[in-house]
Amino acid sequence: MAAVVVSSMMGKMYGLCFHAVRQTAGLKAPWLLHRRAFRISAVHRQQPFDSSLEKPQFPGASADFVDHLEFIQPNVISGIPVYRVMDRQGNIINPSQDPQLSKETVLNFYQKMTMLNTMDRILYESQRQGRISFYMTNYGEEGTHIGSAAALEPTDMVFGQYREAGVLMYRGFPLDLFMAQCYANADDLGKGRQMPVHYGCKDLNFVTISSPLATQIPQAAGAAYALKRENLNRAVICYFGEGAASEGDAHAGFNFSATLECPLIFFCRNNGYAISTPTNEQYRGDGIAARGPGYGMLSIRVDGNDVFAVYNATKEARRRAVAENQPFLIEAMTYRIGHHSTSDDSSAYRSVDEVNYWDKQDHPISRLRHYMTARGWWSEDDERSWRKQSRKTVMEAFERAERRLKPNPELLFTDVYQEMTPGLSRQRDSMWRHVQQYKEHYPVDQYEKQ
Amino acid sequence: MAAAVRFFIRGANSRLSVGTGTGGSLGAALLKLSPSCSSRSKTQRRHAAHFTYQPDPVPTQYVIFGEDVAFGGVFRCTVGLRDKYGKDRVFNTPLCEQGIVGFGIGAAVAGATAIAEIQFADYIFPAFDQIVNEAAKYRYRSGNLFDCGNLTIRAPWGCVGHGSLYHSQSPEAFFAHCPGIKVVIPRGPMQAKGLLLSCIADRNPCIFFEPKILYRAAVEQVPVESYTIPLSEAEILQEGSDVTLVAWGTQIHVLREVSDMAQEKLGVSCEVIDLKTILPWDVETVCKSVVKTGRLLVSHEAPVTGGFAAEISSTVQEECFLNLEAPISRVCGYDTPFPHIFEPFYIPDKWKCFEAIKRMINY
Repeated sequence: MAAVVVSSMMGKMYGLCFHAVRQTAGLKAPWLLHRRAFRISAVHRQQPFDSSLEKPQFPGASADFVDHLEFIQPNVISGIPVYRVMDRQGNIINPSQDPQLSKETVLNFYQKMTMLNTMDRILYESQRQGRISFYMTNYGEEGTHIGSAAALEPTDMVFGQYREAGVLMYRGFPLDLFMAQCYANADDLGKGRQMPVHYGCKDLNFVTISSPLATQIPQAAGAAYALKRENLNRAVICYFGEGAASEGDAHAGFNFSATLECPLIFFCRNNGYAISTPTNEQYRGDGIAARGPGYGMLSIRVDGNDVFAVYNATKEARRRAVAENQPFLIEAMTYRIGHHSTSDDSSAYRSVDEVNYWDKQDHPISRLRHYMTARGWWSEDDERSWRKQSRKTVMEAFERAERRLKPNPELLFTDVYQEMTPGLSRQRDSMWRHVQQYKEHYPVDQYEKQ
Repeated sequence: MAAAVRFFIRGANSRLSVGTGTGGSLGAALLKLSPSCSSRSKTQRRHAAHFTYQPDPVPTQYVIFGEDVAFGGVFRCTVGLRDKYGKDRVFNTPLCEQGIVGFGIGAAVAGATAIAEIQFADYIFPAFDQIVNEAAKYRYRSGNLFDCGNLTIRAPWGCVGHGSLYHSQSPEAFFAHCPGIKVVIPRGPMQAKGLLLSCIADRNPCIFFEPKILYRAAVEQVPVESYTIPLSEAEILQEGSDVTLVAWGTQIHVLREVSDMAQEKLGVSCEVIDLKTILPWDVETVCKSVVKTGRLLVSHEAPVTGGFAAEISSTVQEECFLNLEAPISRVCGYDTPFPHIFEPFYIPDKWKCFEAIKRMINY
């Protein structure tokens, strides 16, 4: 904050009654003092200074004095409680928390989660068979995607990390385009430039994923700030894992969103592992939710495998974030059932028993299915025919994607800048001349022609 | 536009005389020489050329932010803007460069025109990941679905007489290696306004380095109305026939003096080129000049190894090899961190440039 010093010497020289003396940061030489008069009406004031009170007057904190030495104990044994609506068997615990969504809505939740699961199985296999180069599954975290996506408006912006395909699926991104991106074929909206699962869709307000972790977090704060100024009832949600939350960018994003009052939901998927690194090697505090208060943010921890808990928390956070222009932090506890990616074999660092527990005993999809079957909304026959139909739909999209050519190599050189530059134009011509001369060494036939 | 820029004259302690560019179509330019120390006339010392840009078009989604931007900034570049445009458009951020740039990227992606200030170019490195991995690649990696072309990053740049390691750096070479961003450096107030407005209007993320020594040392009569100076176009400030001198920012003024010295003492005619945009740079203008003169000297304060002179040198020898009469000369900072008390020995001053010209002529 600015320190204001009245200088009567200045007053004589300039004939004005109020001056500020400033020193440029880091350049302390006397000839760099700026003497300038300016209005301070726009400058934020600290609390009024009153030395008669026996209360701390420091600008940095609003607190009382204490006369005994005691360190505040971080509470990791009994941490922030986990909000849930259903028990592990899908029974509603507190009826007032049941969002009482329609059968149609709940069936849609279920079908989106299972469709995602099916697509994951098929694309994971396709990587194993050498058809695509890489893949990341979402096993176990489908509840976090669908629950949160359902609680947002379609115009809300989504900044993701890489394990949020269900959000995109919920919003209606077609299977063909998921496949096109993974195959990097000529239908890919991203023009074949990124590794698989780096989806993006402007129409669905899902900002294209990038590999560096947590970079989206301060960006989400900036986007939320811009949307706040537009005043069109739009929020931003920013997904990241508990590992990415260790990055400096996470700290930056949290702090900026709180100080600049952004309508933003931070959604942390705490799934227990960052590749092979378990949470007890990622942090020592009480997870990510406990950091929120440190930034002045309202925070909650939810059961990420309970799609209704995720839904309720996100819905309320969104409502208040936009109404009150402040960020919210939701830490969704869940478990990464699959490997980190196709480049990972998680049996190297965790037991099969542990994985099986989550797969069999506490899975978001089975929980929701129990909820539906208890209401007579879903039968064994429904399950069988849906599994068959969804697999068929995915396979058809898969086969279409397989047959499609790759994009024209011209697209190697475009979109670096909005306009083509002379230098890139020369490089592109040089590339084509070279490929023309040595064409038997380049897979030209797999790519679309001019 | 949302930014106001102030430039002050400093009568004292300036090692350079500031001239103006050729091409006076934008109005008369006032030449001010600041030759020697004069602590006497205080009225002369504080003379501001203050200009604000035209009123914003609607919608007013232009925002400027960074550390200490609200009160006016440590170099006074944003004085008066908060009162004029409001605290939601001109605001302080927490002290975090990676946050400033990340936030700026996000705001730009969401449609705002974001002008992010980094307090000193020396402190831009925490934001390097956001600039190189995110801003520069946003359009390309999304297949042009998303971009942060509305982002401009401004930072004070270059030596200032006493800045030492962390208030003197010229990091343009780090960013020159990054396709997808533009890097622009003005040599004076008139260029600064036109180039900055071009950066803001440009649909690509731009880094605008402002020579901090010129905040106080340079004065020009700057047109009040809005104007742009094209990016990626180098400017020939002075035509010549014997040797091409290339620089950007503060060093242009050094080369102008060197050019006069060379003419006077050696009878050598120098062609002085202000590169202005480091990335993408104007290869054609520089090469055309070297084809004519046969000799090239590139000069910058940044350390010589891996500095941008290396890129220019490499390209010119590819394009103009048979035209060269002498090896290309780079007169740059030494490969040390920028020193404090040794600054007079470190900087590529006019004597070093003069000596390099002499060697090239006599090669």
